[in-house]
Amino acid sequence: MSIRIPLAALLGLFFTGLFFLVAVFAPLLAPYGYDEVVSSGFWDPSSSEYWLGTDGIGRDLLSRIIYGLRTTIWIATLATLLSFTTGSVLGFLAAVMGGWVDQALSRFVDLIMSIPSLIFALVILSITPITITVLILVMGFLDSTRVYRLARAVAVDITVMDYVEAAKLRGEKYIWIIFREILPNALSPLVAEMGLRFIFMVLFISTLSFLGLGIQPPQADLGGIVRENAEGLTYGIGAALYPAITIALLAISVNLVADWVLARTTSLKGGRG
Amino acid sequence: MTDTPLLKVRNLKIGATVYPPGERPQEIEIVHGVDFELEGGKVLGLIGESGAGKSTIGLATMAYGRGGVELTGGEVWVNGRDILQSGLRDVRRLRGAEVTYVSQSAAASFNPAKKIMEQVTEAAILQKKFSKKEAEARAVELFRKLGLPDPENIGNRYPHQVSGGQLQRCMTALALCPQPDLVVFDEPTTALDVTTQIDVLAAIKEAIRDTGVAALYITHDLAVVAQVSDQIMVLKMGEMVEYGSTDQIINNPQEEYTQALVSVRSIRHEEKVPTENPLLRVEQITARYRGTNFDVLKNVNVELHPGQTLAVVGESGSGKSTLARVITGLLPPRDGQIVFDGRTLTPELATRSLEDLRELQMIYQMADTAMNPRQTVGTIIGRPLEFYFGLKGRKKQERIQELLDEIELGEGFQDRYPAELSGGQKQRVCIARALAAKPKLIICDEVTSALDPLVADGILKLLLKLQKIEDVSYLFITHDLATVKAIADSIAVMYQGEVVRYGSKSEVLAPPFDDYTDLLLSSVPEMKLGWLEEVLAHRKMESAGH
Repeated sequence: MSIRIPLAALLGLFFTGLFFLVAVFAPLLAPYGYDEVVSSGFWDPSSSEYWLGTDGIGRDLLSRIIYGLRTTIWIATLATLLSFTTGSVLGFLAAVMGGWVDQALSRFVDLIMSIPSLIFALVILSITPITITVLILVMGFLDSTRVYRLARAVAVDITVMDYVEAAKLRGEKYIWIIFREILPNALSPLVAEMGLRFIFMVLFISTLSFLGLGIQPPQADLGGIVRENAEGLTYGIGAALYPAITIALLAISVNLVADWVLARTTSLKGGRG
Repeated sequence: MTDTPLLKVRNLKIGATVYPPGERPQEIEIVHGVDFELEGGKVLGLIGESGAGKSTIGLATMAYGRGGVELTGGEVWVNGRDILQSGLRDVRRLRGAEVTYVSQSAAASFNPAKKIMEQVTEAAILQKKFSKKEAEARAVELFRKLGLPDPENIGNRYPHQVSGGQLQRCMTALALCPQPDLVVFDEPTTALDVTTQIDVLAAIKEAIRDTGVAALYITHDLAVVAQVSDQIMVLKMGEMVEYGSTDQIINNPQEEYTQALVSVRSIRHEEKVPTENPLLRVEQITARYRGTNFDVLKNVNVELHPGQTLAVVGESGSGKSTLARVITGLLPPRDGQIVFDGRTLTPELATRSLEDLRELQMIYQMADTAMNPRQTVGTIIGRPLEFYFGLKGRKKQERIQELLDEIELGEGFQDRYPAELSGGQKQRVCIARALAAKPKLIICDEVTSALDPLVADGILKLLLKLQKIEDVSYLFITHDLATVKAIADSIAVMYQGEVVRYGSKSEVLAPPFDDYTDLLLSSVPEMKLGWLEEVLAHRKMESAGH
């Protein structure tokens, strides 16, 4: 099978891969510890010792960004997985069962979606203890409403197929219908959507941390590092730009990959393979 | 004009780009050099199965290739010029003026937002053939000729305000309005019920004769084309098989393939006598869909005996598929009950026992959507084995192969996906899936209507063979009376939710008929010349007698 990958997607794949590798091997790659104060000064400029310089209290910025990337990717990945499993399973269930189950779930989702998710998250996080678990749960839950919408829409088209009716007539349980009849046929659009949701999660957790309701210091994620160094911008020190650029690069590269997957799967010219 | 024919096609080659999944797009040739000629006022029938290239050739006479189709070679001469060499401007002058087109689905071809008159006269006015007033007068004249009700005012209606058959006749008026030299009819009656088809067919034939236009008549139904055309060309896979006068093709076909097409639907099936205990008793079933206040089924009573076939016949909307939904439990009836093998079935699917579900299987019209595209043939057939009988591993594999042998597919199919099968093979796999459950009754919902005649014949023969081996009963839903004759032991004729005639095949198909059954039976095209005239003359006589 020969597939030509467009240049944009190749670039996206390369950077996405790179970021994930860095995240996985962070302790091996980072020259210093994430909270290790290595310099007596603050906001040192880049040097051969500290490639990106140091932050406001003398920690190596490169090491912090590498660890921050790890945290960001870790949380975004788990939250995406959570939102996908709950969102798609509930969406499929609503489509297959129909009737009041569908009504109840769909109206509940409408209710949640009517509140801006960032504000919703801020309200919840201001009354709960902020731990990584809570963050993942809140983000995953809020985002699952969007996945639910998509999964239900895709599944509704599939449930009217004769093979689903045939499975019902055979006496199959919902679990078979959802996982064996619907899921394989709904996978392509969902996988493409997954990339987009992942970026949204990266931006979400970065925003929360930037606002101070995300990852708490001395732990850091990319948004948190921007926050820590934002003050420097006033004095013309660009330390906050490095984590910001990292966020942008991560978002763009995953987006390029997601775009490519989406184009392949929705192509009318037999992309469904 | 006498020496140059109106339409001359020389060595026409047509190519297309295909996109096999996971591979580079490929260029293939779908029509391999076809020649024919057509004189003014004559009708040429193009006939063949799906994929024969007949529609593609029809559109090529307007220098048009649909959906990535390219006219790669040859010549198409219309009125003395090669339109494949003409520029776009010339071609535009040709389309809608000299050559017009009638498509299969009028409902999909008319713009729902515009009145019929506006659309019928559009081409004639645009091509400056007639003024608006002349074109409208001409349209009314055509509406009258085509037997449309209220020809003066029907043009003021919107497409959804007339029936399917009427709309198809409106489209014929649309094609004839600019006074073209050639009309391409692309399966104009295929989507219609038989009782409507005959009217449209008669109208088209009369309009062709009266206006003196030449026509290409494209269809897969030889019996239909025999009624309207002077000559017939049989096509197969983009190649000409046989080309001759209608009389010669129907009565004296030379090629093996044409002979097969002519003798299709000639399965003879001796009806069996009813037994003591019916397998299925449908008792006074009345049903409606949720949220409606209209009974789709009204007091339906039928019986089906073990090892036999009950054919449920009717046109679309008669309630025959709804009957299947009630029997399977997908639609609980409002009244009445289903007795199966001596026990009364619960109305709801969810409350039926596994045994009930197993013994009652279903085969669908569209084999494409009846199989999960992401499951292999082995999984599709294997699932009922595993689900109902708990078969696993080698035992399951062996049984799957047994079933595949039974449906005449043999080795090497287990790992294929539905997309890798032909239409007939898909339907066979669906049959195997139903058989895997060892059912006592299989409901066949229009299982052959989406298939080409020869393939459908094969499926019917297979079903008859399997009935002998497995002693299974069929409830056979169809609109095609030829199929009924081939397979049924007893027949129920449905009309508007009621069973209007019911009994053994010989009883139902023997006179005296009720009005509806008479209409239905006499509307089925027969493979002989002059059938249409006979029927119409007969009907005229009867209505005069009343």
